[in-house]
Amino acid sequence: MARFLRHFRHVMAENPVTAVAFALLGLIVFLALFGPWIAPYDPLATEATKTLRPPTWAHPFGTDHLGRDVFSRVIVATRLDLGIAISAVALSFAAGSALGCSAGFWGGWTDRIIGRLSDTIMAFPLFVLAMGIVSALGNSIENIVYATAIINLPFYARVARAETSVRRNAGYVAAARLCGASDTRILSTQVFPNILPPMMVQVSLNMGWAILNAAGLSFIGLGVRPPDAEWGIMVAEGATYIVSGEWWLALFPGAALMLAVFCFNLLGDGLRDLVDPLRRT
Amino acid sequence: MRTKILQVGRRLLQALPSVFGIIVISFVLTRALPGDPAVYFAGAMADKVSIEQVRKSLGLDRGWVEQFGIYVDNLAHGNMGMSLSTGRPVSEELLSRLPASIELTLLGLGLAVLVAVPLGVLAATRPGSWIDHLCRLLVTAGVSLPTFFTGLFLIYVFYFLLGWAPSPLGRLDILYLSPPQVTGFYTIDSLLAGDLETFAASLAQLVLPAATLGLFALAPIARMTRAAMLGALASDYVRTAKANGLSRATVLGTYAFRNAALPVLTTLGMVFSFLLGANVLVEKVFSWPGIGSFAIEALVASDYAAVQGFVLSMALLFVAVNLAIDLVLTLVDPRVGLDD
Repeated sequence: MARFLRHFRHVMAENPVTAVAFALLGLIVFLALFGPWIAPYDPLATEATKTLRPPTWAHPFGTDHLGRDVFSRVIVATRLDLGIAISAVALSFAAGSALGCSAGFWGGWTDRIIGRLSDTIMAFPLFVLAMGIVSALGNSIENIVYATAIINLPFYARVARAETSVRRNAGYVAAARLCGASDTRILSTQVFPNILPPMMVQVSLNMGWAILNAAGLSFIGLGVRPPDAEWGIMVAEGATYIVSGEWWLALFPGAALMLAVFCFNLLGDGLRDLVDPLRRT
Repeated sequence: MRTKILQVGRRLLQALPSVFGIIVISFVLTRALPGDPAVYFAGAMADKVSIEQVRKSLGLDRGWVEQFGIYVDNLAHGNMGMSLSTGRPVSEELLSRLPASIELTLLGLGLAVLVAVPLGVLAATRPGSWIDHLCRLLVTAGVSLPTFFTGLFLIYVFYFLLGWAPSPLGRLDILYLSPPQVTGFYTIDSLLAGDLETFAASLAQLVLPAATLGLFALAPIARMTRAAMLGALASDYVRTAKANGLSRATVLGTYAFRNAALPVLTTLGMVFSFLLGANVLVEKVFSWPGIGSFAIEALVASDYAAVQGFVLSMALLFVAVNLAIDLVLTLVDPRVGLDD
């Protein structure tokens, strides 16, 4: 643990960008947890006398076409956006590592069937497949989560499979087998903890993409329903006003979205440095 | 030559399982609707008789295997069902809108390649220089920027602030008539008709959406070019070429770049898949009358046959593009297939 902390500090010092990403992550998580209490206004409260006002001190991000405070809406939306992405990624992480581990551990037909399944998913343009899934399952936030989870599944299954098949004949696996442990026990107590680090890198690289996907789906009018605050739908609502010059409606939620994705991408690169044994000196 | 033909044949055969998988998944998607699919496909206005009719034509009154057979048979005849919102066959709707989307996607991809490949090569040959940092910045920004956001930003700057771009509504300003249809690409059709004014107008409409797609596609291509070029530059054959005193241009162009181009070509397949998805968003932002906008309208109107037809045809298009890229690679690269 002490060695890990030292290495953590080393990576942070060497790459200040990663430190920035961690700080940004802290901010995003904080907003997601406490957003509704921090927001200065009610994100749903409309005010007919103050529509489409440019940013001022009272409304730092301006007001939208119904007079709602954009700043409050951007803050409150963090929870929904992050919630969708986290649930989707958690689902694909759980299903993907189970499938990938079995494929890599047992090989043979299990491997062939699971490999074929993930190849078939990958044969679709993924965003388009997500649209199809949402349309088939029904237009709701829950189904956005499922769709995002399904299109991300192959990435996790692949990483888990590759990492497991490398370790399938490792010394500790043979030792556990000699002790009489069953296959499922070996998989869950010996193999899975060992493939966690590369899987975590995949999670954080994937998180940004999951956020983008979910926001893209709600941008085209799926899942989140107005008047709920969500970054994608806020950009969609603001899009109408861009041509007449009311830029703040779309810019701020878009920027929040971008910042969140940027943060997770940087974090993924940083985590990779952290767990990559080649760079651990 | 014979081995090449064999390789091409084998690659074509390899595409069959993915096509089969795609058809199975889209079949499952059409049947996964909660409740009775016939009610959904017949639409909200349908009465009992027309629901029964739809049930018959989809084969919903029979077993699963038979239903799948009917589905495949319909597809083989190009029948994807009727679009509820327009009342025309889905395949016809998609085909009539496809040129608009293809024109946009290809121009976006072309722009991205034109910028990303030289950028990646320069970044690889001068590691640590400002161009390397620029490359890294663009790559990170490219994967973090939501396409719809980039598009809106470009509209704000180039249409509202600067007034350089025409209004972002569709393929051609309402002042112009669309050129006589030959290829369906307005730019090419207007050139064929010798109408330079319409050509300029349609190109002006294309620039912003294509740039949006290009910015999105730029990142993976630049990253791959840089990595492949770095790999090629560190190889034995480049060292030998340098040691033999060949000029820098020959070493970089012939020895390094031509080898690095192969993985970049492979990446283009993946990029194309992302572009087909991004296309939907960009078409919405720019009110582009392509298949993406059609799919969004169909989604909102719960027009299931149209949405699933769109998903299926995009997947088949993607398989075809990957196949084409692989075939080109097989024919160009002498190493492909040597190891098996």
